[in-house]
Amino acid sequence: MFEYDVVVIGGGPAGMAAAIAAYDSGAKTLILERDVRLGGILNQCIHQGFGLHYFKEEMTGPEYADRFRKEVEKRGIDVMLEAMALSIGEDRTVTALSPEHGLVKAKAGAIVLAMGCRERTAGAIALPGTRPAGIYTAGMAQKLCNIDGFLVGKEVVVLGSGDIGLIMARRMTTEGAKVKLVLELMPYSSGLKRNIVQCLDDYGIPIKYSHTITRIVGNPRIEGLYYAPVGADRKPILEKEQYVNCDALLLSVGLIPENDLINGSGVEMSPVTNGAAVDENRMTSLEGVFSCGNVLHVHDLVDNVSEEAGIAGSAAARYAKGELKCDECVNVTAKEGVRYALPQRVNRGEGKVRLFFRVDNVYKGAKLVVESGEKTLLNRKFQVLAPGEMGSVDIEKSDICGDIVVRLEK
Amino acid sequence: MNTICIMCPMGCGLEIEKVGDEIRVSGNTCKRGEAYGKAEFTHPVRTVTTLVKLEDGSVASCKTDAPVPKERVSDVVAYIGSLTLDKNVKIGDRFHAYLDGLDTDIVITGTPTSGC
Amino acid sequence: MEKFDVTVIGGGIVGTAVLDRLSRYQLKALLLEKCDDVASFTTRANSGIVHAGYDCEPGTLKAKYNVLGNPLIWKEAEELDVPHLKCGSIVVAGEDGLDGLKELERKAKANGVEVKILDREETLKLEPNVADRIAYSLYAPTAGIVSPYQMAIGYADRAVSNGAKIVLEAPVTEIRSKDGEYILSTPKGEFSTRLVINCAGAHGADINDLAGAEHFETTYRRGDYFVLDSTERKNVNTVIFPLPTAAGKGILVAPTADGNVIYGPTAIDTNDSEDVASSLDSLDVLRASVPLTYKRPAFNKCIRVYSGLRTLIEHDFVIGKSKLKENFIMAIGICSPGLTSAPAIADEVLSMAKETLHAEKKAEYVTVMPRHKRMKELSEEEIEKLIAEDSRYGRIVCRCEKITEGEIVDAIHSPLPATTVDAVKRRCRAGMGRCQGGFCGTRVMQILSRELNIPLTKVNKGLGANIARYRVKEVE
Repeated sequence: MFEYDVVVIGGGPAGMAAAIAAYDSGAKTLILERDVRLGGILNQCIHQGFGLHYFKEEMTGPEYADRFRKEVEKRGIDVMLEAMALSIGEDRTVTALSPEHGLVKAKAGAIVLAMGCRERTAGAIALPGTRPAGIYTAGMAQKLCNIDGFLVGKEVVVLGSGDIGLIMARRMTTEGAKVKLVLELMPYSSGLKRNIVQCLDDYGIPIKYSHTITRIVGNPRIEGLYYAPVGADRKPILEKEQYVNCDALLLSVGLIPENDLINGSGVEMSPVTNGAAVDENRMTSLEGVFSCGNVLHVHDLVDNVSEEAGIAGSAAARYAKGELKCDECVNVTAKEGVRYALPQRVNRGEGKVRLFFRVDNVYKGAKLVVESGEKTLLNRKFQVLAPGEMGSVDIEKSDICGDIVVRLEK
Repeated sequence: MNTICIMCPMGCGLEIEKVGDEIRVSGNTCKRGEAYGKAEFTHPVRTVTTLVKLEDGSVASCKTDAPVPKERVSDVVAYIGSLTLDKNVKIGDRFHAYLDGLDTDIVITGTPTSGC
Repeated sequence: MEKFDVTVIGGGIVGTAVLDRLSRYQLKALLLEKCDDVASFTTRANSGIVHAGYDCEPGTLKAKYNVLGNPLIWKEAEELDVPHLKCGSIVVAGEDGLDGLKELERKAKANGVEVKILDREETLKLEPNVADRIAYSLYAPTAGIVSPYQMAIGYADRAVSNGAKIVLEAPVTEIRSKDGEYILSTPKGEFSTRLVINCAGAHGADINDLAGAEHFETTYRRGDYFVLDSTERKNVNTVIFPLPTAAGKGILVAPTADGNVIYGPTAIDTNDSEDVASSLDSLDVLRASVPLTYKRPAFNKCIRVYSGLRTLIEHDFVIGKSKLKENFIMAIGICSPGLTSAPAIADEVLSMAKETLHAEKKAEYVTVMPRHKRMKELSEEEIEKLIAEDSRYGRIVCRCEKITEGEIVDAIHSPLPATTVDAVKRRCRAGMGRCQGGFCGTRVMQILSRELNIPLTKVNKGLGANIARYRVKEVE
């Protein structure tokens, strides 16, 4: 039996930042990482665009991971690689499986969940047609390409305009494939605007909004697919079906927090984020269990993940030492145009709290309103708000005088 | 011309016009955006990220240490594609790219075993 | 040319079960399979239901073999260590459906199958999530679920362990007679055999034609299914059927032996023996039909869609010796309840084969196969011990299903080796969970590449289609 103040589950960007913050707050800390190295998905994100906020410097994913990895090493934080957490016991004992240590039991003063997210699959969207080789999530194609050095096809269609899909459209093009088409079910992109510009427009790759796939063709390998525009009900208009040849289809149709470890364990979950409901310290409804990064809610920027994980890690260390004050909480609710706001609870007290939010559609010139009880804490106009981009606003805890509502005024 | 700034995830809509000898950028919310707008108007540049072969058959990721003219991106990719590097390269290793009219270094950003 | 006493054509559930029977006799037995693994077509895509046998028309072969097969498949799933659960089935009906249930009860009595008609209250005790309109059900306690592909793989493994030979990727392209024997041509070479047993599933009638045996017209009925996340398993206890119609047993809601839930199949008539593409309209039929019997449909928990093909020849199974060709046995047109019937059909085919081959039983043969090491099923002490012996059992590759490298390596080196990503998946579930191999797919490929000593570009998903297609920097 191992004993730690803080056990961090996951050694990607969130886990490393949380572990560093916990260590720096004086906690004896362990990272359990299921892969052979730290860094998580960053290791396969070889494009630029990371670190501008956090390090004030633009770098690639592996470089961003390397910075944190070196900080972990410098501190001598314990890391167990190839260790997959299987369960969390009632006394905060984490059970993990590892080829080196066998069944690992680590008793923790506090636990930080940092398991990241997984991609929605062809099955999850009930993609009709055959089920041949050649259909991959964008992330799997990215790993095969950037880590293993193999391309999955030469004539590619991308379904969904999530950031990984857009990034992979450019990657595949750079490596000699022809990306014929990007199809997006919604009338807008779910990825960042700049990725539309630098990944698609730069290479003349067409994107068709309000379109979806109606049938996959080919067995045992994909040969092509039919697609059609969708109506207001998002159902395909079959009379307008068209065909395109392809030897690979990449899916970028959403990310889902990987909460298998706590699903069904009684931890209060948000049905919108698919992550735990947390307070501003990122503590879940289960005392001493914290959550951060993409396992809490899917971020568009790793910089925000690092920041959030820092909050969770230091709070976990304080909890383990019995120093974390949990005062009376107010609830934070998203309404009218705001899909979710996080944290879902805020402790009363002193200091600033940053509220993160996502909207449910593209809004131009809308006002974000934050109310607490009868009081309006904030009323800010945004030029553009889009579902693909997470927003944030700061509020003062001392202003709180009741449950908080975050909503849009059009 | 109108474009969207790619310098950070904000994605500001830029309006760029030439007034006399001066190039004016509006819609940006920071200095990087202004510089990007000007470059995009006169001579757009991009940082190239790609893979480079190692002698053991694996690949390492790499980038240009500074943005290169957009029309040279494919030249740079082809040049990097022609290389085979020592299998022990490390993150941060750099080597000069011998390409006509370009003065850029290639920087290793990740290796198959970094962090293992 | 290698000579065999008996050759089974087709490695589905029937062909593998037949080979399993033959392998216990002093015979040179061969199975030729078109695909790169057994259980690759009809057997891999059906409902996985062990039917009780109440709905088959009394007096038919379907009724006979279903009723005989039911206890056999429970026993053999145990012997072969294949996931199964005798959870019972219910046919549910509204107020107007009692007559239909009584008709089934009458058939059940004629077939000798135990059933009981339950009212709503009794039904709810068994299955709390039946739809609100459900007033009655017909409960069959001997029904349940089994993994259909693992059953076939189990038969194949046992047959190989007992000395039978299986040649994969060997579609039979020509059958000719020479000196009282058959010569079977395949891309893997020619094989001579005294006796042919046609278990070729969707291509059963084609094989008959190749041999010059009885000609049959074949039609097909495609069925699409949803597979739900294992988190839905807790909501379903039994196999829930609607009242059957002319098109079949209807759209069921059932747990799977692997711990998921399925909704399906639809019934779409087709003449295409390769039509396994699901369609938008068919999936919409599922979305509309499931709520009629089950009140907690969770289409948003879907992890996969699949479709299977039922092969229909005449109105019943075709089992027997050819009257046109000597030493040619047929077990074709095996649609539902083919899985349940397979062990009984195999026994019948064996007795026909023995009339020709006059073989003695081997002095020794395996009946109970070694248990698979499934980390999920082991105690902590057993896990510790296993990892101490072989650390690969401590390395989880498939995160969703918690499948270790050790289990994957075991699958690759099983008696009938798994040589593709799909074959590994069918044997040990790696890649069968909610991420559908998104994380572990490349790891499984690397393990296959290492264990089979082939480059990554030669590792196939299945059926000859690779995944890592081109090396970067070598793309033209």
